[in-house]
Amino acid sequence: MIKIAVLVKEVPDTWSDRRIDPGTKRVDRDGDVVIDEINEKAVEAALQVKESGGGEVTAVTMGPKNALDAVRKALAMGADAGIHIIDEALGGSDALQTSAALAAALGSRGFDLVIAGNESTDGRTAAVPAMLAERLGLSQATFLRTLTVKDGTVTGERMTDDGHVEVRASLPALVSVTEQIAEARFPNFKGIMAAKKKPVETLGLAELGIAAGDAGGANSWSVVETVAAKPPREGGTIIKDDGTAGQKLADYLASAKLI
Amino acid sequence: MNPQLSEDEHDLSAMVRDFADTVVAPRSYEADTRHELPMDVVAQMGDLGLFGLPFPEEVGGQGGDYFSLCLAIEALARVDQSIAITLEAAIGLGAMPIFRYGTEEQKDTWLPDLVTGRALAGFGLTEAEAGSDAGATRTTAVLDDGEWLVNGSKQFITNSGTPISRFISVAAVTGERTRADGTVTKELSTIIVPHGTQGFTVEPAYDKVGWRASDTHPLTFEDVRVPEANLLGERGRGFANFLRTLDEGRIAVAALATGAAEGCVEESVKYAKSRNVFGVPIGRHQFIAFTIAQMQARVHTSRLAWYDAARRCDAGLSFKTEAAIAKLVASDAAMRNARDATQIFGGYGFMNESLVARQYRDSKILEIGEGTNEVQLMIIARSLGLDG
Repeated sequence: MIKIAVLVKEVPDTWSDRRIDPGTKRVDRDGDVVIDEINEKAVEAALQVKESGGGEVTAVTMGPKNALDAVRKALAMGADAGIHIIDEALGGSDALQTSAALAAALGSRGFDLVIAGNESTDGRTAAVPAMLAERLGLSQATFLRTLTVKDGTVTGERMTDDGHVEVRASLPALVSVTEQIAEARFPNFKGIMAAKKKPVETLGLAELGIAAGDAGGANSWSVVETVAAKPPREGGTIIKDDGTAGQKLADYLASAKLI
Repeated sequence: MNPQLSEDEHDLSAMVRDFADTVVAPRSYEADTRHELPMDVVAQMGDLGLFGLPFPEEVGGQGGDYFSLCLAIEALARVDQSIAITLEAAIGLGAMPIFRYGTEEQKDTWLPDLVTGRALAGFGLTEAEAGSDAGATRTTAVLDDGEWLVNGSKQFITNSGTPISRFISVAAVTGERTRADGTVTKELSTIIVPHGTQGFTVEPAYDKVGWRASDTHPLTFEDVRVPEANLLGERGRGFANFLRTLDEGRIAVAALATGAAEGCVEESVKYAKSRNVFGVPIGRHQFIAFTIAQMQARVHTSRLAWYDAARRCDAGLSFKTEAAIAKLVASDAAMRNARDATQIFGGYGFMNESLVARQYRDSKILEIGEGTNEVQLMIIARSLGLDG
C-alpha cells in the first residue's frame, strides 16, 4: 500500500472576472474561488493509482480558511485524509516559501508519491512541484500526461515542445501532471457525506517549525514591483489570400507553437 | 449559502448542477432530436449515485432522503427535463415501490441494479380510461394454477422500453370486494411483469411534443403468466400504495418544474446581457428586466413550495395538500417562464437548438403529468372542505 500526497489549491474561478488587488499586489481571493481544475485531475490520478494497487491518498493545501473547500472536494472524490496549512503569517508567500511550508508539512510523514498539478491557474509559476521535490530530496518527474505506478516505480510520459519523453523514477518520488492526465470524477452523495467525517489536520507556523521572520510576503525572496491590468485585446492579423495565405497561416501557427 | 439547505445538500446540489452543465447539457439537443434516451448519460448518472439517492446504504443506496433526490431532479431539469424525469420515474415509479412494498426476495432480485442505474423499471398505472382515476383500471390479473394471468394494456409508461428496462409493476384488478355498506369495489393489486415474459409487448415509442428523450411506450399484456410471488405488496392494497407514490411524485415533479423555470431564467439573463438592440443590451430595457424579475420570483416561490412539501414528506408529516400546491405553482412557473423566455429570445427562441425552445415544449406536460393541475386544484379544494 503506497502513501500518496496530492497537492490541491483554491483559485479564483477562471470563468469569473479575476483581478489582482493593486494595494497588496496579491490575487484577490474574495470572489468566486474553486478548486483548481488541474488539481481535480491530480486527485483523480491519485485515486486511480490507489484503485489500481491499493494505497492511501492525503490531500494537502495551503491557504486561508476557504482553501479547506479544495481539500473537502478531494475527500468527497475519494481521498482518505487532508492536511490544511493555514496561518495568517503565511499570506503572500512566494513559490520558495510555499515549497518550504509544504516540505515541512510532508517531510516526516513518509509519503511514497507526491502528485501536483503542473501549474496553478492563478500564480502560474509552475515552480512549486520541482522546488518541493528538491527540498524533500525526492526524484521528480514533471509535466506528465500519463502516470503508472508498479513495483515501486512510477512511469509516465513527460510533455515536451516536440512530443513526449518516457520517464521513470523509483519511489519515493514527486510528479506533476498536465491537464491531459485524466478526467476528474464527480463526487457522489455518499462521498460528499463521508468527506465530512474524514480527518483533516490543521498546521500553522509553529507546527511547521517555520520562523515568523521567514514567513509571508514581507520576507519573500521575490517581490512584486508593479501590477497592471491586461491591455485590451487588439485586432488580430488579417491574412489576405494571394495564393500564399495557407503558408502564412501555417507559419504563424508554427511560430506560436500551435502546430 | 441557502439557509434552507444543509451543507451536504448544498454540496449535492452544486455537484449535480456541475454534472448537468458539463455532461448532460452538451448531449441534450441531439437526444431530443433523435427521441432517444442517451444511455451513456444514464450510466454516468448511475456512477454518480443519483439512482440510489433516497435509499439506505444497506441496499446499495446513497443514504439520502426524498429531499435530496428532488434537489438532484431540480438541478438536472435546468438543462434537460427528459433526463430529470428519467431519474424521477426510475426512482419514484421503478425502485421505490420495490423498496417500500417488496418482499426480501424481490428486493434482493431487483434493487441492486435499480439503485445503481444499471437497470430501469416502470410503473404501469395509466390506461386509456384510467389515470388519476385509478379505480377505473381495466387490466386484470387472475390467479391461475399458482400464476398470475395478466391481460390488458397500459399507456404513457416511462422507462419501459430502454435497453436496460427490466420490469414493469403493473396495476391490475385482482378481484372484487364487498364493503360493509354492501357496495362492491374493484380489488387493485400490483404485479411485477419482467421484460421478456411471453405475451408482454412494449409497443413503439410515442411521438411526443416534449420530453422527447424520455423513453415512453404503450404496453400490452396478452395472457401474460408470471409466478404468484410476483405480487408486489399486499393483495388489494394496490390503490393505497400508488396514492402514496403519486403524492410523492408530485413533489418531485414540482422540483423538476422549478428547475425548468430556473433554467429559463439563467438562459434569459445571459441573453439579456449579451444581446444588443438599438445599441444597448436588451436587459437594460425595463420591460425585459421586469419580465425576468417576475420569472425569478416564480422560481423562488416554487422552490419554497416544494422544499416545504419534501421536508414534510421526509419528516413523516402529511404532505398531500402541500405537494399539490407545489406541483400547481411550480408547473405554472415553468410554463410561464418558458413562454416568457422564448419571447425574450425572439426568433432564436423558436429554434429547437435553443434550450428555451425545448423548455417551452417540455413544460406543457408539467401541467398534465402526475395528476393534471385541475386534479391538484381538486385536492387543495378538498383540504378546505370544499368537496365538489
